[in-house]
Amino acid sequence: MKRVKTIARPSLKDAACSTGCGECQTSCQSACKTSCTVANQKCENIKRR
Amino acid sequence: MIHKYVFRDRPIVVDVNSGAVHMVDQVIYDVLDFYDGRKCDRESMKKALTVRYGEEALREAQEDIEELIAADMLFSEDSVSEQIFESKKPVVKAMCLHVAHDCNMNCAYCFGDKGAFEGNRCLMTLETGKRALDFLMQNSGSRHNLEVDFFGGEPLMNFDVVKELVAYGRREEGKYDKNIRFTITTNGILLDDEKIAYINEVMDNVILSIDGRPEVNDRMRKTVNGRGTYDIITRNYKNFIEKRDGLYYVRGTFTRYNLDFADDVRHLLDLGFQNVSVEPVVTSPEYDYALREEDTEKILAEYDRLSDMFLEYAAEGKPFDFFHFNVDLNQGPCVIKRVSGCGAGTEYVAVSPEGDIYPCHQFVGNPLFRLGNLADDAFENKLFDLFNGAHIYNKPQCRECWAKFYCSGGCHANAYHANGTIMEPYGLGCELEKKRVECAIGIQAYLTDEYGEGVLQER
Repeated sequence: MKRVKTIARPSLKDAACSTGCGECQTSCQSACKTSCTVANQKCENIKRR
Repeated sequence: MIHKYVFRDRPIVVDVNSGAVHMVDQVIYDVLDFYDGRKCDRESMKKALTVRYGEEALREAQEDIEELIAADMLFSEDSVSEQIFESKKPVVKAMCLHVAHDCNMNCAYCFGDKGAFEGNRCLMTLETGKRALDFLMQNSGSRHNLEVDFFGGEPLMNFDVVKELVAYGRREEGKYDKNIRFTITTNGILLDDEKIAYINEVMDNVILSIDGRPEVNDRMRKTVNGRGTYDIITRNYKNFIEKRDGLYYVRGTFTRYNLDFADDVRHLLDLGFQNVSVEPVVTSPEYDYALREEDTEKILAEYDRLSDMFLEYAAEGKPFDFFHFNVDLNQGPCVIKRVSGCGAGTEYVAVSPEGDIYPCHQFVGNPLFRLGNLADDAFENKLFDLFNGAHIYNKPQCRECWAKFYCSGGCHANAYHANGTIMEPYGLGCELEKKRVECAIGIQAYLTDEYGEGVLQER
């Protein structure tokens, strides 16, 4: 493609049907405690990695 | 659904439902205005854009767009089944342990009633702490990784109990096949060499509270005698990070008094701190220092200034970590995590020194949100359905928001305090969160485009 540079490929569809492993960190425990963000949490699913 | 915006002159398109992110040229950026979902109003588009770009460019742009659509990387459908929420079981995996409802500081903006959380000033007993850890391990189902944050008040005021509890957790976790990650959030006053050595040995993450420049910090973060704390805590924190071999964040709060908070981040970096988090104050609008709607534009511009600084430092070979600019676009959390939110009231709870259980630290002391007590015969989370149901698909503002998979619906406590319900997000918080996500994605895109490193995968 001439006019597009894809920075990130689709990443949200893989696990859309499962219930998630739940092993990742709880977002508010990490460094905020007042403003929730989840997208900066690391995935800890060994199989997915 | 897509979201397009310009970050430092670079047009960016986010495909919301797939998580794909594209940097595009101006032709595509403008052509996309004529797409309603996957359908293009070609006639209107040609009429509006042919003179500016020419037929050939428009044809190429459309070909690229159609190729992305065919690959499910643009205007992709939302594939999340809302049934996942119905099948979720009450499992508790993270705990904010209020080991001290007392504080040796007197911060003007404290949401915890200067440590007392609307109750009596007291420290958690070892016995209550042990019960809390038992509770966590017994209610965590098949989850292996558990989290305990020592919080307060000021947790170092009850340091002996903290040490005993870590030892207890380490002894007991094996019996339940768990791995407890301990973290601590401190104001730094009592952070001496002995505590530093211990914390470095056992804590996975350490949050060190400081607001930035001396005058900014000391205006809000005072000792009980009303003196500034900057000199004490910077000395202690510098000592701490010299010895730290592990994760830490210095964490500040910005208020209406320092809407130029990028300068506070710069100051913290100049002091030698590498990992920084600076957060908007959450408080009642009656206070002078509370953020107001009219401040929005200024705060958004400040995040742009912070982004510029982030890239400037990266270019000079001095990269730093700003908590809200961290985003892993290719291997971040799964979509279930992204729609479930912070877990407050479902998988995350806070426990007061009296053993009372609340959905999170910001609800502690509010009797409407008391879920039970550790001494109860059995724990039945009466608010599980409420919190489990407070997800992005049940909140109209979130359902239609492009940032929903990055923010997951925001902070329940902020929503409750602003609107009296956890089902309606805190509006100003939403605006700031969307801006931070734009900056985080923009930074990744910019770095990839500029240096060709990091997240770009060749198509």
